[in-house]
Amino acid sequence: MNTRPTFDEMWGTSRELRSPYATFQQWFEGESLARLRKKQREAEDVFRLTGITFNVYGQQEAAERLIPFDIIPRIISGREWTRLSRGIEQRVRAINAFLHDIYHRQEIVRAGRIPAEMIAKNAAFLPQMIGVKPAGGVYTHIVGIDLVRTGEDEFYVLEDNARTPSGVSYMLENRETMLHMFPELFMKHRVQSVSNYPKNLHRSLAASAPAACNGNPVVAVLTPGIFNSAYYEHSFLADKMGVELVEGHDLRVIDGRVAMRTTEGYKAIDVLYRRVDDEYLDPLNFNPDSALGVPGIMDVYRAGGITIANAPGTGIADDKAIYSYMPDIVQFYTGEKPILQNVPTWRCSEADSLAYVLEHLPELVVKEVHGSGGYGMLVGPTASKKEIAAFRDKLKAKPANYIAQPTLSLSTVPIFTNAGLAPRHVDLRPYVLVSPEGVKITPGGLTRVALKKGSLVVNSSQGGGTKDTWVLED
Amino acid sequence: MLGKTAGGLYWMFRYLERSENTARMIAAGMRIALTSAEGDEEWSSILQAAAMDWGYRQKYGTTVTRAQAVDWMLRDGENPSSVIRVIEGARNNARLVRTALTREVWEAVNQTWMLLRDMLKTQVKESELPAVLQVIRQQSAYVRGAVSGTMLRNDIHNFIRLGTFIERADNTARILDVKYFVLLPTASAVGSSLDNVQWDGILRTVSGEGGYRMTYGQDPRPREIAQFLILDRRMPRSLAYCGGVLNANMQHLARDYGQRMHCHALIEALCVTHLSREVDAIFEIGLHEYLQDFMGFMAEISAQIEVDYRFYE
Repeated sequence: MNTRPTFDEMWGTSRELRSPYATFQQWFEGESLARLRKKQREAEDVFRLTGITFNVYGQQEAAERLIPFDIIPRIISGREWTRLSRGIEQRVRAINAFLHDIYHRQEIVRAGRIPAEMIAKNAAFLPQMIGVKPAGGVYTHIVGIDLVRTGEDEFYVLEDNARTPSGVSYMLENRETMLHMFPELFMKHRVQSVSNYPKNLHRSLAASAPAACNGNPVVAVLTPGIFNSAYYEHSFLADKMGVELVEGHDLRVIDGRVAMRTTEGYKAIDVLYRRVDDEYLDPLNFNPDSALGVPGIMDVYRAGGITIANAPGTGIADDKAIYSYMPDIVQFYTGEKPILQNVPTWRCSEADSLAYVLEHLPELVVKEVHGSGGYGMLVGPTASKKEIAAFRDKLKAKPANYIAQPTLSLSTVPIFTNAGLAPRHVDLRPYVLVSPEGVKITPGGLTRVALKKGSLVVNSSQGGGTKDTWVLED
Repeated sequence: MLGKTAGGLYWMFRYLERSENTARMIAAGMRIALTSAEGDEEWSSILQAAAMDWGYRQKYGTTVTRAQAVDWMLRDGENPSSVIRVIEGARNNARLVRTALTREVWEAVNQTWMLLRDMLKTQVKESELPAVLQVIRQQSAYVRGAVSGTMLRNDIHNFIRLGTFIERADNTARILDVKYFVLLPTASAVGSSLDNVQWDGILRTVSGEGGYRMTYGQDPRPREIAQFLILDRRMPRSLAYCGGVLNANMQHLARDYGQRMHCHALIEALCVTHLSREVDAIFEIGLHEYLQDFMGFMAEISAQIEVDYRFYE
């Protein structure tokens, strides 16, 4: 177990104010708690009126819930960010090279760096993508890399979200809300802007238009519909990009193109930013029961009639079992040492690792390989004996379904409580855009914060909140 | 624009208009109940005018009481046209077409929904009813104001206007139709004036008392009332006014898209056959027959718009 003190983004490990927070601290000292409490309530009203909500499945009463927003920004220095973004870009380039390789020659398997069955038996691997050449060679156009910090210079990648990373609307709305409520803070700081994200997203998607596109690329966002948990984000992005928000039943394949039903007839789409999972994308090629997708879209895609972003089958790159190979993957495709570290990971599919994990369960975090959103995981240090015993049985029954990691001492950052500032654990999800023109990373990202004291779970589906993330100009 | 979006906008504004009309009818019912001896009997015809009588009878049987009627019209989840249900519908449609709306319009609808959800959580006390009805009317005006002040005058706006005015025309026609029997006994006696609280109620329902007075003076006369609510193009809830707005918006769509559809021919025919005749001719046909015919025509136009602009598939 960890015994050294937790690193705090504001106070470091030695309770000395860190320099990115110097100006903020001065401002905070001069504020009354009563005023800030009022601001905190105002922020909630803004979110509620704007409808910045997410849907919770299976909860009728609270069908639409607000994600709690905390008014204290998380502040990152320009120097820290430069290093982080170099690491992120390296990683994202490697992920795209990996995806291309996996669906073509599989050099990395031939080189013996990843076992063949790791790919072939992976549920996220799509045989339909073998040999397909996406426009511009881009597989994952939009990536969200989850980072955690354990010390001044210690950042770890927790997860690579390469299929449909969400939350970018919160990054943007959090900033809008802060600008609205604390304009004076932005006069005192030089905070790098995030507001170009929708414009960059549109440009990036348009640059990935398929061969069949003639003229200005027509971009659309595909949503499963208003009951989806991220519907707000889907409509937000379509709105800000100035493109149509479509559902499967608005689309149909006509003359080898995917077209949307408009008031003036059917109109072809060039680039589809889909927020629908692979298996629901095309009932003819995948899950036949799905009504969310478009029958035949995969055939159009393979023939170069449409660009799908992210490409089908990208899930293989953010699979938790593949994650443990990421340092090798980065090295293999870039020829460089990874700038960002992985969290040490035991693959329970391997006998030695399984034995170790079973023995050390109370110290470890065990995750399902295909799980997401903080479901189906065991946090050893806070679990009861009964929970650990139950998980031990699950592990023994299906070891290949799990990986295990040490419980990291995640950094904390102050949140605003009724009594003033209090430290809570956080992570960070920066957003990355990839196009044939290059890689673009928005400075900052979404900081998710565990609102319960001591909790390490930051997922919004598990009661976490968010806060604005500032990257300062140096 | 997506066909689905056009449909979402159209229905969003039909629902909003309906919520306002329902509130207006309840207000008229209250007024009549409070100022005449007839009392609760009036509620049957209010329910009928709002086309909510069938559902009411399914739930409560044939006895109509004020409290039950008001609750049914305002907040009963089983009544698909109750104010709370149509506001929910409007808000759901607004979410669906969020990308077509300005932030102001979206927030106006969302706020309306939040406000009414809270106000209509429990049965509304008699003492609170006027205030609640006022809020419903004000919120509807707020959304309309946000549309008028912030939205582009493009096809999105045309579909918004189509939804609003088809619903409004239908509502005015309904109110008249339910009350037509009040006119009947005196229709032939041209020049005689009506002494009936129900007519006062009708004019109030459509906020037309002031306008009527300005135009025709103090005495409500059947011929003038029909003229005013059916044919007067200055009256924003008259059938002729609604028809004019519908026609203008459909013509705009035809020009914008460079394509004339069947619904354009229908609305033009309606304007010529139903909205350009003399009021005496209407009485000759029979007011009821005329209104029935008009409502049938409106339903046909509505269905044709859905087909012509590909709301569904």
